[in-house]
This record gives sequence, structure tokens and C-alpha cells, in this order.
Amino acid sequence: MLMSQRQALEMLALHRGDRIVITTMSSTGIWPEFSDTPLDFGYIPSSMGEGPPLGLGLALAQPERGVIVVNGDGSMLMNLGTLVTMGSNPANLFIVLLDNGIYEVTGGQPTAGSGRVDYAGLARAAGIQRVYAFDVYAAWRNGAAQALTGSGPAFIWLKVEARFGQKTPQAPHPMADQIRMLRQVLQVDS
Amino acid sequence: MLAGESLKDILVDCGVTHVVWIPDSSTGAWDAALSSANALTLIRVCREGEAVAVAAGLLLGGKKPVVIIQCTGLFEAGDSLRNFVHDFGLPIFVLVGLRNYYAYRQGRSRDSAPRFAESIVQAWQIPYIILEDTSLKDDLAAIYTRSVKEKRPQVVFLAE
Repeated sequence: MLMSQRQALEMLALHRGDRIVITTMSSTGIWPEFSDTPLDFGYIPSSMGEGPPLGLGLALAQPERGVIVVNGDGSMLMNLGTLVTMGSNPANLFIVLLDNGIYEVTGGQPTAGSGRVDYAGLARAAGIQRVYAFDVYAAWRNGAAQALTGSGPAFIWLKVEARFGQKTPQAPHPMADQIRMLRQVLQVDS
Repeated sequence: MLAGESLKDILVDCGVTHVVWIPDSSTGAWDAALSSANALTLIRVCREGEAVAVAAGLLLGGKKPVVIIQCTGLFEAGDSLRNFVHDFGLPIFVLVGLRNYYAYRQGRSRDSAPRFAESIVQAWQIPYIILEDTSLKDDLAAIYTRSVKEKRPQVVFLAE
């Protein structure tokens, strides 16, 4: 049985350490149940697919801090090239892919290649050496600590249950406030 | 076109930390100078919208990036620019090789890229300027410095 997105994110929250966590699309609506601090960045409003490169830039700028980007399969497919960019510009970046096989907020239509795409294989072929795949909760619960230890780049593929009837979530705070709070904790001038 | 070493010196003098880029047939000549610059980190990306997103992350994290892309890539980067310039309010600075601009201005090119470039950035409400070879070196530093000081985005078209 596939894990729920809540289960996936709850385990991530336990092991994220003090890294910045960027959530995209559906995960933005769930993540505040587990963490809502200046290091939690809900990437909405977004440009779909640009979460990983946003995280890459942040990770390159803040290598000691580290960044986790929670991405969906629909978003990942919009920017597969960014896996190659990650592989060739190593940074302390973790991509956590929540693969539910559908576009959740548009009515549950299948993504291209739904259920057939080997995201772990794509990540490895792009040059990312730390790649993990978990398709049931027990495996993720047992493997999360190892997958999230140390430094990136790393790619974690989680197969999760599809949810239907979802609306586009809102970030818990306005974008300007999120940016101000994040920069404050990073001690970066605005 | 400006020599790569000259561009590198301008960027370093301005305090630029990262160049996020995809070359075009003219700016590609800058690769050697940019990739060998100790004071700059060159980040090669796959698509132009991605370049803007990487630059946005660098800006959030306190760095001073410049994006260098080709004009057709600027068109591709539209949604990313919309998001990071207007939703995030970030002063993204983009150098764009404007291919066939001189030929287009003289009515000698059927390339549609120079025809749409200006109107695209006007529609996106991003300040822009077209720099020609004669003024490039002197103006670029001033334009970048003003963009940083005023914390505003800027597209600089490099006439080709």
C-alpha cells in the first residue's frame, strides 16, 4: 500500500534537521501541519517546475545550511533538465519527489508517463550519485534518516497516494513575509 | 561584441558572484573568460527559465548573480521572470544576446526574434535597455550598479 503524502512529509519533518524546506504545490498545503518556521518556504505563487532550481541557487548561496525541495511529479516533468544542472553543479540540495502520478489540483489527470517513469534512473543518469526510492511507508520510515543524512546533492523518490478533488493550496504566509523571514534567519541583507 | 576578459572584469568590479548562463553564438565567446574567473562562479543550466530560478535562489541567499541568455531563451523564461520579478520582487539582472538586431533594424533580417524581444519585456513590465557595441563597456557597469542600488530588475539586450 502506498504511503500518504502526510506520512511522507511527517517523516521528512522528523529528519530535515535545520535545513531550509521549500514546498511546492500540494505539499505546501500539508507541510505547515508539521513545521511553520522562517526556514519553511511555501513556494506559492510559483512558476511550476522552478522549485528545484530555486533550491539549487539557495543551496549554492548557503552551503552550510542545506536545502530540501519537495516537488511533485508534474512539476518535476516540467523541468527534468534541472536534474542535469544539479548533477553538474553539486550543492547541498535534496530533492524529495512526491510521485502521485497525477496533476492533483487540476482534477486528477494523469501526468505524462504516469506509473512508468523511473525517476531514480533519471536522477542517476543526470549525475546525482545519492539516489533513494521508497514506495511504501515502512521502507521510508526505516530509510529516511539515512537518505537525509549528510550533504547533498541527493534525490529521494517517494511514491505516494493520489488525492482527488484538491484545490491549489495557499502558502501559510504572503511571499514578501516569507522572503523577509527567511533572509532574517539567514542573516542576509534584503 | 565585448571581449570576455573585459566582461569578466566589469562583473568582478561590480561584485557579481555568480553568472548563470546559456550562451548564444556571440556571447559564447565569453565562456573561457567566465569559466576561468576566480572571483566568479559560472553555473551552466539547461533552460532559461531555470536560469532565472537559480538566480532567484542565489539572491535569496545573499549572493549577486547575473543571468546571461539568448533572446529566444528570454521568451522561454517568461513565466519564471513573471514569478520571481513580480511575485517575489527580486531584482533579477539579465543580459540577453539580441540576435540579428543590427540586420533587423536595417530591414535586412526576417528573423522574428528581434521583432518581439522589446515588446515582450514591455509586456512583462521589466525595465530594459538595448546596448550597442560602442557603448557596452562603459554602460554595463553603470546599469548594473543602478539596478542593485534601486533593487529593481533589469534586462539588458546586447545588440548582435
